[in-house]
This record gives sequence, structure tokens and C-alpha cells, in this order.
Amino acid sequence: MTDDTDASAATPGRSEDPVRGSALFGPQPDVAGEAGYTDAPARVGFFTDTSVCIGCKACEVACKEWNAIPEDGLELTGMSYDNTQGLGASTWRHVAFIEQRKPLGGQEPGVGHEDIDVFAAAGNLGTSPSSPGPGATAPEPGSAPAGAPAGEISPVAPDGRTELRWLMSSDVCKHCTHAGCLDVCPTGSLFRTEFGTVVVQEDICNGCGYCVPACPYGVIDQRRGDGRAWKCTLCYDRLGVGMEPACAKACPTDSIQFGPLDELRERAAARVAQLHAAGVTDARLYGEDPQDGVGGDGAFFLLLDEPEVYGLPPDPVVTTRDLPAMWRHAAAAAASLAAMAVLSFVRRPR
Amino acid sequence: MTGSDVTRDGMEGAHPGRDALTGASTGRRRRRRGRGEQAMVPDAEFSSYYGKPILNKPTWRPLDIAGYLYLGGLAGASSLLAAGGQVTGRPGLARVAKLGAAGAISMSLAALVHDLGRPARFLNMLRIFKPTSPMNLGSWLLASYAPLTVAAAAADVAGRHRIVGAAATAGAAALGPAVATYTAVLLADTAVPSWHEGHREMPFVFAGSGATAAAGLALACAPFRQTGPARRLAVLGAGLELGAFQLMKRRMGLAAEPYEKGKPHWQLRSAEVLTAGGAVLATYAGRPGHTGGRARLLAASAGAALLAGSAALRFGVFHAGVASAEDPKYTVVPQRERLTSRARSDGD
Repeated sequence: MTDDTDASAATPGRSEDPVRGSALFGPQPDVAGEAGYTDAPARVGFFTDTSVCIGCKACEVACKEWNAIPEDGLELTGMSYDNTQGLGASTWRHVAFIEQRKPLGGQEPGVGHEDIDVFAAAGNLGTSPSSPGPGATAPEPGSAPAGAPAGEISPVAPDGRTELRWLMSSDVCKHCTHAGCLDVCPTGSLFRTEFGTVVVQEDICNGCGYCVPACPYGVIDQRRGDGRAWKCTLCYDRLGVGMEPACAKACPTDSIQFGPLDELRERAAARVAQLHAAGVTDARLYGEDPQDGVGGDGAFFLLLDEPEVYGLPPDPVVTTRDLPAMWRHAAAAAASLAAMAVLSFVRRPR
Repeated sequence: MTGSDVTRDGMEGAHPGRDALTGASTGRRRRRRGRGEQAMVPDAEFSSYYGKPILNKPTWRPLDIAGYLYLGGLAGASSLLAAGGQVTGRPGLARVAKLGAAGAISMSLAALVHDLGRPARFLNMLRIFKPTSPMNLGSWLLASYAPLTVAAAAADVAGRHRIVGAAATAGAAALGPAVATYTAVLLADTAVPSWHEGHREMPFVFAGSGATAAAGLALACAPFRQTGPARRLAVLGAGLELGAFQLMKRRMGLAAEPYEKGKPHWQLRSAEVLTAGGAVLATYAGRPGHTGGRARLLAASAGAALLAGSAALRFGVFHAGVASAEDPKYTVVPQRERLTSRARSDGD
């Protein structure tokens, strides 16, 4: 069953159609159809809006719980609050945690509080409308608190340091349109589902490990002791019964959004426009472009810095784009090896 | 417990400053350079996630997979020597080459299966035919090639079924070049920078390396009088291997750096010296003045050098690739440059 779809997805050398793209590279609006499905449901994916990620790691936990993934190391890295470190065979969601000496867009850094007399301010509590007592929950609208350092906002803190910001981002398998892991898998263990996602069949995988270096994002890996390759399935089992993946379900801020890819792309474009209007000019989308090196990701991101800061490759290209050229060069090399052998024998024996 | 108090006069006993700078550990990892290494280009500035690699490095065991590459090249080119020896009436050369091909390909298959996470599922490689997977095509290739080499060797040793033996020898010689070069595609069809960026030249490097290994085996083991073609193949193969490798490194840009550093560097230097030295020795051994024991000794040392040189090359290439996957620099910097130049050309 899957053999047929694998083989048809794998056929290279299809002519480059500017609209549909080729089997190996370029835009591909109908991945499931390309893989041989008829009447496939809409392609689904994740839009991870890192601007609202709070780094709670509920996604990591939900993923581990639902998919029964074994423990992946209990070390403390000391580099940041991220002790998960990266995606791997037993880590299908990874929350990156970045601490930067750089203000958030729209943030007012370096607001000094040194000249505020906190005791005087405490004495005024409850006596003026701008300093409500402990019972109040919010200041009066439109009234600045007494002693607020109005007009003293500077980009640099008094001791010369710029302010810091925290970036958090939940990384996951990108479920590429042109997936290197799927292309190079020699057993057909990796396959394209009807939802356009990429899944490993663990009863087929023989642990050759070829998918591991083929992934331009460093997602899939071989599990030690088990020998087989594992990665995010986009909760294929849950999708089958109309449920959203465990990580998206568990995300408390809707940083991880699940849905049909077309809808997610619209939502993402609107979100970027909203953030830009709010002054967060750092906001950019990553992996949503069907023109990119992997034909667009099924799981894409809204980032607040360059992708490499989050441990993502800035311009990944599926390795099989160059496969026809590789086979041509190998054929030429094989021919020259044969020619060298013939050349070695043309002289008569002494 | 804090060391400071807030009083009416301000902070007292406050810590003079933070010991750890926020965000100071992000970005470029500083590494000490080993002795004898010189920077060819200034260190590129780039961002990364705490210096963590972007790619997951290959899980392949070096001895298994580099050994597999080496033995595949040795076998493939040996099949050519076997067929040539048979056609031109050099039975001693043909026998050594046939036995070498059969032995090497059997060992390489064993290494391949040993490296699998689930060796019992080896035959899953043959449940589909998939041209986008070099490992799948390689499995089909080996599945047809290995029995041919074994049949050719068995017929030769037994001295029976000559026609079957000749057909198997011819078949093995037809598939041999593909067996020797497809392994370059196997490595290049990955996201590993130092393998992928060499996808044009690496098949030629491996073709040359396979030729020198097969020539080395023949020089070391075949009767000296029949090793003329092996000597010439050694010279041609060494030329192709060394030339293609230099070209590859020149064209790869930053991804060539792992070939010039650390363990891969000395492995590849040894490979160059052994291969070039072996080829020179082989030529020297073939001069008319040399006969008998002296010539045999020269040929045997040339053969050993060529065999060792080819193996060192495969290990060097393997380790350089792993090193390039372990450092985010080789992933980030070329991709960032690509983006910058694209943005620049879009801007024009």
C-alpha cells in the first residue's frame, strides 16, 4: 500500500513545471496528490507564533506523554533555561530559550527607578488616586503614578548596559514539502500521509540512519538502544480521528496553532502585520514560503530574530534537489574508472 | 539570602555588578586552535543557538561506513582488473582480483548490515525500488553485484563452469564501476556541508581511490610479471583521486575547511603521501632493470601503500563530514551568504 505511494513520490526527473514544481524541488501545492493520494484532506501543519511563547514547555511534556517517548537525558546545560537542547529521537518538541542583550521591539528599556523614594511612595498608598491601596487592582485610566519617571526613557541602562530580552520558541519537525529524510529513506519506512505530513513507520525502519544527516534541520535521529529513527508524527493517530496534535492542544498561549496550512499562512501574515504595526519590526515568518529550498514547511514559525539564533538553518535546501546532478557525475566517474581500466590493459604484456 | 538592603539612603551592600553577562554565552563559540593549524580565512562572524549544531550528525560508525566505502571501491575496481586479466591472459592477476572483489564486497556487506540499528531487517532495503534513495539503489546494486563476484571467484578457484565464471566476471566488471562510485552519491545526498558541497567531484575522487586500492591489492598479491596493468591503473587512479580532491576542496568554499583541520587533515595528508608514494613505487618497480625478489618487494610495498592510502582517504572524508555537521558554522555561514547575495541581486 505505502510502497506504491513511496515509489510514485520518489520518481525523479519529472519535468520542472513552474506551477506544480518538480518531485524533488520547488513549490508543490498538492503534496498528498503528488504522493499518490486521491481525495486527500487539506494539508495540515503548525504555525508556531514565538512572540507569545512563554517557554512553559507544556508542548514538550504533552508530546512525551501522548507519544510515550522515553526520557531524553536529565542534564543541566548551564547555558540557559533550556536543558532539552535540541530535537532528537526522543525529543519531538524542543523549546529554545534565548537570552539576548537587546531590547524587545516596542519595549521601553532602561527605565530608571533609582530616584524614586519608595518609602514616600508607600506612605502615599491609598491617599492619592494614582497610588491606590492594596485592594485596588488597576490604576485609574489615564493617570500616571506619582513619581513615575516620565520622559526618562533611554535605550541604555544607567550603567551602560543595554537591556535584555528573552526569546522562546517551540521547535518541531517541519514536515517539509520536499523532505530530505523521506527522499533518502531506503526502506520506505518514512512516508507521506494523506494530511501531507511525514511519518516514520516503526515496523519498517531498519535503522540505517540515512535520514539523520539528510535532514537540513537536524530533526530526526536514531534512538540509542532501539536502533530505529524517530521524529514528530504530527500526532498522526490524533489527526486520524479529527483531534489536534497534543502539543497544540496543550499550548496555553496558542503559540502553537494547528490547522489547514492555507489558513495558518493567512493567520501568520496577519499576525506579522499586526506586530509590525505595533513596532515589533523584528517579527518575520520562517519556513512559510513555498518558494524556499524545501518547498515550504508544513510547520512554520514567526520569529523575532534571525533563524540561526534559534538554531534553525537560515536557508535550508533539500539535498535531493541536486540528486540528478549527483547521479550524472557518478555515472561519468564510473565511466572514467572503466576507461582507466581499459587504458591500463591496452599495452601488450611484457 | 541577599547581600544587599534597601534603605532611605539607597542600596547598601549591593553587589558591584552582575558576574554573568546576560546573553554573553550566545553566539560564536570560541575554540582553541590546535598546534600547526593556521587560519586560511578569518573566522566568520555568525550567530548560533549557544554554539549548538544545527544538523544531527550522522550516527554511522566510522569503521563500518568508512570501511564500507573503502571495500566497495576496492571490490568494484578489482572486478575490472579481473575481467581485464581474464581477457588478456593474466590468470594470476585475474584470480587475485576476483578473490579480492568477492572478499571485499562480502566484508563491506557485513559492515553495512552491522551498522544497521536493526540488522535483522536488512532485507527491508529491497522491499521497494526508490531512485531518490542512493542507499536503496546501492542495495539493489550490491544484491546483484555480490553474487556475481562470488560466482566468478568460485568458478576460478574450482576451475570448473568456465562459461558461467566468464559471464559472472563480465557482469561483475559491468557493475563494478557503479559499485565504486555510487558511495560518493550516498555521502553527498545529505545535508552534511562537507559531503554535499563536493557532490560533483567526490564520485571522481572515489573512482580514483577505488582504482588505487584495487591496483594495490593486485600489486601486493598477484604474480609480478602479470601486474603491468595494475601498475598503470595505480598511476591513473592516483592522478584522478588527487586531482579531483584538490578541485573539490577549491570549489567547496568554507565546507572545505573540515578537510584541513584535526584528524581528517592528517588522515587525508597520509592518504596523499601513501597514494602518491605507492604510485611512484609501482612505476619504479616496473622499470626493466628490476627483476626477481627486489621487484616483488617493491611491488608489495607499493601495493600496501596504495591500499592504506585509499583507506585513509575514506576515513578522512568520513570524519571531515561529521566534523562539518558538528559545527553550526558550516551550515549557517554559507546559507547566510547565499541569502545576502540573493537579497543583493533582488535589490538591483
